[in-house]
Amino acid sequence: MELILSTLINGLSLGGIYAMIALGYTMVYGIAKMLNFAHGDIIMVGGYVIYVFMAFHNPLLAILMAVVFCVLLGITIEKVAYKPLRGASPLAVLITAIGVSYLLQSLAQIIFGSANKMVTVYDFGSVKFLGVPVQVSALVTLAVTVVVMVALTLFVKCTRLGRAMIAVSEDKGAAQLMGINVDGIITITFAIGSALAALAGLFYLLKAPSISSTLGAMPGIKAFTAAVIGGIGSIPGAMLGGILLGVVESISYKITAIAPYTDAIEFSILIIILLVRPTGFLGKKRREKV
Amino acid sequence: MAMLEVNNLQVYYGVICALKGISFEVNQGEIVTLIGANGAGKTTTMQSVVGLIPKRGGSVTFDGHDITQTPCHKIVRLGMTQVPEGRRIFQELTVYENLLMGAYSIKDQSGFRNDLDAIYTRFPRLAERKNQIAGTLSGGEQQMLAMGRAIMSHPKLLMLDEPSMGLSPLLVDQVFEIIKDINKDGTTILLVEQNAGKSLAISDRAYVLENGSIVLSGTGAELAASEMVRQAYLGG
Repeated sequence: MELILSTLINGLSLGGIYAMIALGYTMVYGIAKMLNFAHGDIIMVGGYVIYVFMAFHNPLLAILMAVVFCVLLGITIEKVAYKPLRGASPLAVLITAIGVSYLLQSLAQIIFGSANKMVTVYDFGSVKFLGVPVQVSALVTLAVTVVVMVALTLFVKCTRLGRAMIAVSEDKGAAQLMGINVDGIITITFAIGSALAALAGLFYLLKAPSISSTLGAMPGIKAFTAAVIGGIGSIPGAMLGGILLGVVESISYKITAIAPYTDAIEFSILIIILLVRPTGFLGKKRREKV
Repeated sequence: MAMLEVNNLQVYYGVICALKGISFEVNQGEIVTLIGANGAGKTTTMQSVVGLIPKRGGSVTFDGHDITQTPCHKIVRLGMTQVPEGRRIFQELTVYENLLMGAYSIKDQSGFRNDLDAIYTRFPRLAERKNQIAGTLSGGEQQMLAMGRAIMSHPKLLMLDEPSMGLSPLLVDQVFEIIKDINKDGTTILLVEQNAGKSLAISDRAYVLENGSIVLSGTGAELAASEMVRQAYLGG
């Protein structure tokens, strides 16, 4: 019972991180119709910014700087690398995104070296939750993710800007005819995605206080998997896919016999879902009506 | 000066020339129609004028502004919008939310309620279905929604691209009645239609587009009587 509860909490918290990263993939895909494979590396950049600013021993300052820096970085990447390719073939954009990903990893390695850096942002310790010892950082992660997801859902559903995002994701041309500045909406989307990635970087450091230039690579791929499982382009889909993958991962790690195959199990879920439901759980099929 | 002045407009798709330098104008209060066969360049004209596809050469002025290089969303804020070919309503939003999007470019939202009521009065079907997801509407209802959505931005010039396409004859008549109505309320209209007979009947002036060039122009009545138009577009 104890094991089940702690596994579940860890799974939900990991899933929350995946969901947060997956939101970045799915929103950018929905709005700009591109796969931003450099998205995972923003997590790593966020981690290093926190590492640098923890020199001042102020966690809140470090987190704030990480979010600000990642937002600016995300916007810059979009303007410099992706915007000139608007209208180009999807393959060209994809290869550029992979190039940006390697660029960020290499820059981090040049600046910070290849050895892992250790940084403790804040030690929350652990508490007894229903008689089970639980890392408080996992609970904090879970709580923040829930708040972020609710806020993001409300933002998209209920604000003028959010509705403009839905409009752009559905039909760029028609959105322009409403007077919506599509480039502006794309910039905002990259900004939101990057801010979420910076938070994900923070949560990784809370989980394990070590950072390297490849910190974002695996979470990036896992979160992308989560986004596709949930239905790429769908915001609730990204949340669902992220949580599902996180829970599966932490359960699988607890079962000794299959623990080494955890990654394989997660990616197999992706393959099976794609075979059964190519659009993912909540992905939409376009209906045409005359 | 004309409200919309298009001068020697050229548009290319890659190396293919779609518009070979066309000139036309729309005056305040008019209904002007472009007629022409499939592939003549009607939709290209509409989309390049409103800034959805780039212009290669020539100039466009609207309401005293040179809009040749202006991006679409800024042109819309100047008071020109378009009901695009195929309606292109936002399928996942409700009818109400689509109309809300139509008012996106209006800074002062205080008149929104009145505008909305006016749309619901003009299109009672939209009022009945205001909370329905727009993708589930019938073709005719979607056309009404697309027109209502466009009117929400208070356009001085409303462009309609094939508004009667795919509609039943009864609905086609209704759509042309509504266009006349909107025009009477003071909105200038630029219309693209394959239904040459009905559109010439409501037009002050019209242009015939063939292979990316304007080959004929005149009043609606003149063109409806012209031998060339009768043979090519009115079925003899």
